[in-house]
Amino acid sequence: MLVINDLHVKLEEEDKQILKGVNLTVEPGKVHAIMGPNGSGKSTLSYVLSGKGGYEVTQGSATLEDAELLDMDAEERAAAGLFLAFQYPVEIPGVGNMTFLRTAVNAQRKARGEVEMSAGEFLKVIREKAKSLKIDAEMLKRPVNVGFSGGEKKRNEILQMAMLEPKMCILDETDSGLDVDAMKLVAEGVNALRTEDRGFLVITHYQRLLDHIIPDFVHIMSDGRIVKTGGPELALEIEHNGYGDILAEVA
Amino acid sequence: MALARKIIQVKQDATDARLSLLDLPDGATWITEARNAAMSRVKKMSLPHGRDEYWKFTKPDTFVQPEALKAPLFDNDEGPLWADVDRLKVVFVDGIFDAEASDDLSSEGLVIERLAVAALKDIHWAKDLYGVLEIRGQDAVQRPLAALNTAFATDGILVHVTGKVSKPLNLIYLYNSETSDVNLHHCIKIDAGAEVTILETGPGAARLNTVMEVDIADNSAFHHIRVQGRDHERRAVTGIFTRLGHESTFKSFTLTMNGVLTRNECVIELTGDNAIAHVAGACVGDGKDFHQDDTVFITHDSFNCESRQVFKKVLRNGATGVFQGKILVKKDAQKTDGYQISQALLLDDNSQFLAKPELEIYADDVACSHGSTTGAIDENSLFYLQSRGVPKAEATDLLVLAFLAEALQEIEDTMLAEGILERLNGWLARHGH
Repeated sequence: MLVINDLHVKLEEEDKQILKGVNLTVEPGKVHAIMGPNGSGKSTLSYVLSGKGGYEVTQGSATLEDAELLDMDAEERAAAGLFLAFQYPVEIPGVGNMTFLRTAVNAQRKARGEVEMSAGEFLKVIREKAKSLKIDAEMLKRPVNVGFSGGEKKRNEILQMAMLEPKMCILDETDSGLDVDAMKLVAEGVNALRTEDRGFLVITHYQRLLDHIIPDFVHIMSDGRIVKTGGPELALEIEHNGYGDILAEVA
Repeated sequence: MALARKIIQVKQDATDARLSLLDLPDGATWITEARNAAMSRVKKMSLPHGRDEYWKFTKPDTFVQPEALKAPLFDNDEGPLWADVDRLKVVFVDGIFDAEASDDLSSEGLVIERLAVAALKDIHWAKDLYGVLEIRGQDAVQRPLAALNTAFATDGILVHVTGKVSKPLNLIYLYNSETSDVNLHHCIKIDAGAEVTILETGPGAARLNTVMEVDIADNSAFHHIRVQGRDHERRAVTGIFTRLGHESTFKSFTLTMNGVLTRNECVIELTGDNAIAHVAGACVGDGKDFHQDDTVFITHDSFNCESRQVFKKVLRNGATGVFQGKILVKKDAQKTDGYQISQALLLDDNSQFLAKPELEIYADDVACSHGSTTGAIDENSLFYLQSRGVPKAEATDLLVLAFLAEALQEIEDTMLAEGILERLNGWLARHGH
C-alpha cells in the first residue's frame, strides 16, 4: 500500500535535514504506529507524505499503490487515497463544515472520474456517520473547526476520514489534547474504519492511544530514521522505560 | 507657498475647464436656486486634485477632466441579477429615465417622480432635501464632485415613502454610449414609521456620478443594496448623504466588481437617539488598472446610537483598494457604539490596500472599536483544504468567499444576498484563477 524508501527531507528555507533515510512499508489492513521523542521527525513525515509546502525531498521516494506521491499536489494525493488527520486541525472561519466536507468529497470523486454525491445522499451519509462520532447537526453547520473544543476538532477529523474513505490514513498525534473519554470515542471511530484493504499509520507520543487502537507494528523514530521495529509490546516497553534505553541500545 | 498657490491655480483652471462645457439645466425657482448655490460651492471649493488630503489615495483626474474616457460595454452571458425578486424597476439609459423599460412608477406607500419632471414644478417637497444633505456633508470634508452633481444633474428620482413598502425599488443604470457621462441625483424622504428598500444595479456609465440624499425620519428604516457594474473601464463616483431620526435604521451594502475607478462616499449623520447605521461593502478587483475606494464619514450626534462599518476587499494582479473611514462622536453623543473594520485579502504581492481609519471622539462614555488588516490567503487553511482533495484553485475561491462572508452577512434579505453571492461566484469563475 504505502511504501517509503530511503526518504531524505530538509527544510526548504534552511539547511536543516529532518528525515535522514526513512524506510517503511504499510500493507493493506495493517496498523503501523510510529513513536519517538520530540523532534525525531514524525510530524514532518506526515506532512511530507501529504504534500505540505516548506519541505524539500532530497532523496528517496514514497509510493501509494505504486503511484509516486511526492510528484503529486496535495489534492491529488488525497484523491489517490491518502488522508492525514491533523495534529492541529485548522480553523476556517466563513466556510461551513458541511460545505467543506461536501466540496471535498465531490472534488475527490470528480478527480477519480466518479459520479458526484447529490446533496440529499450526502446529507444522509454524513448524518449517520456524525451520529456515531457524537457530532451533532449544530457542529456540522458551524464554520470548519471554529469554536470547536480539542475533542470536537479531533472527532471532526475522524468524521472527514469516514466520509472520504481513504485507502491510507495517517493520524498525527490524534490523541494530543484529548481526555480519556474523548480518546476512546476517537479510537472507536478509527477502529470502525479498519478494514482489510485500508492501511493506517498512527503517529503518537504515548502508548495510551495504542491501548485503544491496537497496532500490528510499532516503529521507533529517532533523529530522522526508524531505529527499531517491533510489535505492540515495544510500545509498552517505552511506556515503562522511556526512549532512553532503546535509543542507547541502537546507538 | 509657491507650490500651494500653483496647485490652487491648477485646480481653478481644471474646474473652469469642466464648468465651461456645462450648462445649468432649466427648472423652477426652487431647484434653480439649489443648482446655482451648488455651482457656487463647486467654484469655491474647486474640483478635487491629487494633492488634496481626501484624495491622497485615489487620483481624481478622470472624474475632473471635461470629457469622460471611453468605457466599452461588458459582454457576458451571466443571467440577470435577482430574476426571482419582485421589484419595481426604474431604468435610466445614458442618464435619462426610460419609461418603456421601467415599471409603472406607482406603488403603495410610495410617491415616485422623475427629477426631470419635478424640477419644472413651482412647488415641491424636494426643495427641503435637494442639495440640503449634500451641503451638510460638506461640513467636515469638501466633496466638490457631489456639489457638481447637485448643480448639473438633470435626472434621477424623488421618492416620498409614506408607509412600509415591501417591494424593493430597483434603480437600473444602463448605457449605450461608450462615453456616457452621467449625473443622477436622487432624493429619498422617508416618513416616520415608513420603510423602504432601494436597489441600485446595472453597468452604470462610462463616467457615473450619483448622489443620493436620504432623509430618514423617526422610527423609519432605509435598506440599500448596490451592485456596481462589471464593465472593466467604467468609472463611478457616488455619494450617499443621510440623516437619521431617533430609533431609525440605515443599512447599506455595496458590491463592487471590476470598473477601472470607483469612489463610494457615504456620509451619515445620526441625529436622533437610538438610531442605527450599518454600511458595508465587498469589493473584488483584478488587474493593475482596478482602483476602488470606500470613503465613509459617520457623525454621532445623539444618545445611544450604533454605527457599524464592514468593508472587505479582495485584490489581485496589482489591483488597489482604498478605505477611508471616520467616526466622529460629538460631545453629547454618549453611549455611542461605533464599530469599524476594513480588511483586504491580497492574492499576490503586486496588489495593495490603503486604509485610513479615523476616530474623533468628544463624548466620554462611548465604545468605539476599529481595525484594519491586510493579508494573504492563509497557507495553513489552503493546505488543509487541499489535503482533503479540494484543488488549489477551488480552495482559494472558497477562502475568498469565506473572507467576504462577514460583509455579505450584513445583507438581511436572503434572496438579495443569494443574488450577490451568485455574482461573486460569476466573478470568481472569470477572474478567480
